[in-house]
Amino acid sequence: MHIIEDGNVAAAMGVKLAGAQVIAAYPITPQTPLTEKLSEFVESGELRAQYIPVESEHSALAACIAAGSAGARAFTATSANGLLYMHEQIQWAAGARLPIVMCVVNRAVGAPWCIWNDHQDSISQRDTGWIQMYACDHQQIIDGVLKAFALAEAVSIPVMVCYDGYLLSHTYMPFEVPEEEKVARFLPPFEPSYALDPESPANLNTVTLPDVRMDVTGEMAHGYMEIRYLLQEDLRAALEVAQEIEDRFKEVFGRGGDALLEPYRCDDAEHIVVGLGSLTYQLRDVVEILRNEGHRVGVLGVRLYRPFPDEALAAALQHAAGVIVIEKAVSYGYEGALCSDLKAALLAHRTDGGRPPAVKGMIAGIGGRDIRTADLTDALRAHITGTPVEGPGWIGLKLYDSFQDEAPPQGTSRASARGRGRERE
Amino acid sequence: MSAKTTILTLPREELVYPGNRACAGCGLSIAYRIGLKALGPDTILVVPPSCLTVLQGLFPVASTKLPCLNVTFASTAAAATGLLGALKMRGRQHTKVVGWAGDGGTADIGIQALSGAAEREEDFLFMCYDNEGYMNTGVQRSGTTPQGAVTTNTPFKGKQQKKKDVPAIMAAHGIDYVATASAAYPLDLYDKIRKALSLSGTKYIHIHTPCPPGWGFEPRYSIKVGRLAVETGYFDLYEIEQGMLRLTGASEKLVEKRELVPVGDYLRSQSRFRLLSDEQIAEIQAQVDTKWSGYYRAAGQAAAE
Repeated sequence: MHIIEDGNVAAAMGVKLAGAQVIAAYPITPQTPLTEKLSEFVESGELRAQYIPVESEHSALAACIAAGSAGARAFTATSANGLLYMHEQIQWAAGARLPIVMCVVNRAVGAPWCIWNDHQDSISQRDTGWIQMYACDHQQIIDGVLKAFALAEAVSIPVMVCYDGYLLSHTYMPFEVPEEEKVARFLPPFEPSYALDPESPANLNTVTLPDVRMDVTGEMAHGYMEIRYLLQEDLRAALEVAQEIEDRFKEVFGRGGDALLEPYRCDDAEHIVVGLGSLTYQLRDVVEILRNEGHRVGVLGVRLYRPFPDEALAAALQHAAGVIVIEKAVSYGYEGALCSDLKAALLAHRTDGGRPPAVKGMIAGIGGRDIRTADLTDALRAHITGTPVEGPGWIGLKLYDSFQDEAPPQGTSRASARGRGRERE
Repeated sequence: MSAKTTILTLPREELVYPGNRACAGCGLSIAYRIGLKALGPDTILVVPPSCLTVLQGLFPVASTKLPCLNVTFASTAAAATGLLGALKMRGRQHTKVVGWAGDGGTADIGIQALSGAAEREEDFLFMCYDNEGYMNTGVQRSGTTPQGAVTTNTPFKGKQQKKKDVPAIMAAHGIDYVATASAAYPLDLYDKIRKALSLSGTKYIHIHTPCPPGWGFEPRYSIKVGRLAVETGYFDLYEIEQGMLRLTGASEKLVEKRELVPVGDYLRSQSRFRLLSDEQIAEIQAQVDTKWSGYYRAAGQAAAE
């Protein structure tokens, strides 16, 4: 069935189809309509689940962690500061190896308060041991939720399905609703490897020593380091599992193809633009404009950011002369995290004697700053043609400062130039 | 209430193994052993970091026969909620869910989740073992540390503020059952847990839990110190149902006898109160007397009715 709905409804329908059994959430913009829809599904009886209207995001994930530990399929959703408030629980869920699925409706984090879209929230959680998928449209959201549960349960690792606040969450788009009988084939009921049970008691997440230790039967048990190593190993292996699940999804539903990357006109591209989420679909327009001007440009969307598809990325980019990474998040004090990750991947996987392509990082759309296609085109054209560009490479930045027009003297940082400006006032 | 449990009618089955990692004379150790007998085997525990985490042992060994979910410090009651949801979906409603936290995990970092769960009327029992400080991390002050107690972060003056009244906070949620108990009166604790389990909705039991290293007394005096707290009228055993407070057990008997032991006997039994002057102890005695004259009045009115 083809319908036209917003991205949050697409996510809610995915959760309903997946048969989530325990849903716990706390309201935050722009996630709210998703959880409102789920409350409707549960109260109307369309979805047989427990909906827990918790008093905080920290508790939302606590409820999901406990539900997962007792063998239930658990779901939550949040945005921005809500995600940050969960941070402790996010790490806990991964360490406890619980296949929880969470939608992150991407939004800028405070301070200052800003409810609009960027990726700082989910990117700041990249090192927590969760799998992170990024959706580019409503079809990828609804399908992504189903794939996320399948993947999470296959590898016992929680999954974030990230999609852009407003740009996807609040816009209407046509998409295909997966048929229930096909979902039943694709995603069987959750079979936990262990569920809390008085008949076979276990003490979960108990204090674990730095070294391995013998249990009462004389068997050796892992220390903390082994437990964490296995999380890392299983996350790396999840790259392959994600593709297997993608293939299975395609078999059943006839859609999808690549779980890791989504290339557009990259085959003969001299310059490839890399990004996450809906921005990469907007960049397709830019590619068309630049190609009409004679520049061989392509765009590569990263659909799975953690585990990082380093080999696949390096392979997809090795023939390019230049790579431009455009990100809606900053690892403050350095650069965009995706840019750093990608540079490392290109170095690690360069073909013998070959030089990895030159990589340029750009930042755009921070705090929902409008990303104009014309600005993207100008920035990319200037970079490709080697035109010198003033400014820090933040597309659409509009700094209004009395000393902005005045270039700082050589060897002087902007900060000291600013100080100089103040003295003059 | 049904007949009181005696040492002869207490279940023999042990759900906590001896030789666990609790300190000698640990009040929690007593309350936990008896408490788990009252809970019975069809129970899942939710435990935040606390002395109980240590008592339960280090992976892969556990000192408790019940399944237990260790959770983050602030999330005991929220995790209990999620557990209830999962058990309901799996058709396991008969299994009891019990949060068991220290005073920090209840009164301080845990209070938001606890308040949320109580407001949602989640059907579970929350046990707070109150040893009146962050004992597991080396005796720091908590919201329930009493006024005047020396801790490692109130080292030279003792805590200046009053103890937070968590049972009153829980009663203010309008939940069906709030009770206090003491590790020094284990059978009273046992009966209160049994009663709580017979009721639906959120139940809260607050256990006064003597701590030899944290309070500064010899391990052999745990019961004695716990009993002195009750006999001096400093800590009271009661139940709150439908908003009505009723003294129980040893505290109830004190109303009849009207013979409170001087509160100084309790305070002077522990080195944590060493900075209290005789004048300060007299002030505390006056507070206790005021509280108890209220109890006496209420008892007189009840008798007159």
